[in-house]
Amino acid sequence: MLLGTAIALIAFYAPLDEDGLNQKIFYFHVPIALTAYACFGWGAWKALLHLWKGRPGADLESYVSIHLGVIFAVMTLVTGSIWGRFRWGQWWLWSSKQLVLFLVLFLFYSAYFMLRFSVEPGPRRANLSAVYAIFGVVLIPISFLAIRLASDYIHPVAFDRHGPQMSGSQFLTFCVSLAAMLSLFAALYHLELAGKRIDAHLRELRELIG
Amino acid sequence: MSGYFADVATLARKDLLLELRGRDTLPAMLLFVSAALVIFHFALPSGTGELAGLGLLWVAIVFTALLGLSRVFVAEREQNVLDGLVLAPSDRSAIWFGKALAALAFLALAEVIALPLFALFFSGMDAATVAAVALADIGICAVGVFVAAMSIATRARELLLPVLFLPLAIPVIVGGVGASVTDSPGRYFAFLALYDALFATICWASFEYVVTE
Repeated sequence: MLLGTAIALIAFYAPLDEDGLNQKIFYFHVPIALTAYACFGWGAWKALLHLWKGRPGADLESYVSIHLGVIFAVMTLVTGSIWGRFRWGQWWLWSSKQLVLFLVLFLFYSAYFMLRFSVEPGPRRANLSAVYAIFGVVLIPISFLAIRLASDYIHPVAFDRHGPQMSGSQFLTFCVSLAAMLSLFAALYHLELAGKRIDAHLRELRELIG
Repeated sequence: MSGYFADVATLARKDLLLELRGRDTLPAMLLFVSAALVIFHFALPSGTGELAGLGLLWVAIVFTALLGLSRVFVAEREQNVLDGLVLAPSDRSAIWFGKALAALAFLALAEVIALPLFALFFSGMDAATVAAVALADIGICAVGVFVAAMSIATRARELLLPVLFLPLAIPVIVGGVGASVTDSPGRYFAFLALYDALFATICWASFEYVVTE
């Protein structure tokens, strides 16, 4: 936890020497987006472990990871929207492919929660959630490809978006920020996992007493 | 292996036979898609262009498929047959395969009426669109039957099917609309084929976990 907040502080502090306010949000937006991918990937990996090895607890770990992934995805949408507002003057642009992808992923993983909370806790729920989580990591590249293809007939003229040409100091800040976001994820992951486990233990104890 | 395909064929035939006797799903799909096309006629002001019509055709296909998919496991649920099917001495993925084939047959039959109707009402139909519809149907049915099996295991049941299915159907829409409206549909076909192959494989491999505990 301390490590996460410490690096996050550096991330808050470091970009101060960069020019322009909208440039700064880049240091949040992109690391958050990458962290969201990492969350979904980690969740699918745990789901695979659950189905394949039947490891106890993998289901809960997968759920917590995807839960955090959705939070990071929402943050990506919000920061991306703000970035788009300052850069292109509009809150939402269908031509920014990453944002559209995150909208699709947000819809997909929101359905994950509906699925999960609509099934009684137990092995059935764990299996269904795990299968759906694995669908997610297949959907990410497919959707990415689809959005790229769709932009050809929706926007025939490609949006002129000069990519982030990063200098050394910018790249360093970016890396620190990415590390901060990833460790923030790790810290939250362990925190929530611990909370859920305590919750489960408490429930077991209560059932034993009652 | 031939035993596996015999199981699949038996399961698909059972569904088709039930539909032939009961006739609940297919007429509903036909009426739905016809009514939807009429609604689209009034939803598109003149001058909107035929491209918009082609886009809406894909909306109609996905929602018609959704209507059929919501019925896929209803008979099993009402008669509690699913447990019997799961306990039967065959591979569980055969259930998915047979159901997907039956759903594909229903959807194809509905489209045999819907596509000429669309050509009549709107701007005609080219071979690329028909081919794209055929390719998309495979993906829609493969994923749709899988998601339908998930949704009947939940408390929300039919409510959950569109919520789970539509995000997964977005790539199908992209491939289909792309193949219909652009001049070079080749890569959209390739994309649809990729989608079909990829998702059919995962569905086939993981269906066992959906129906067992």
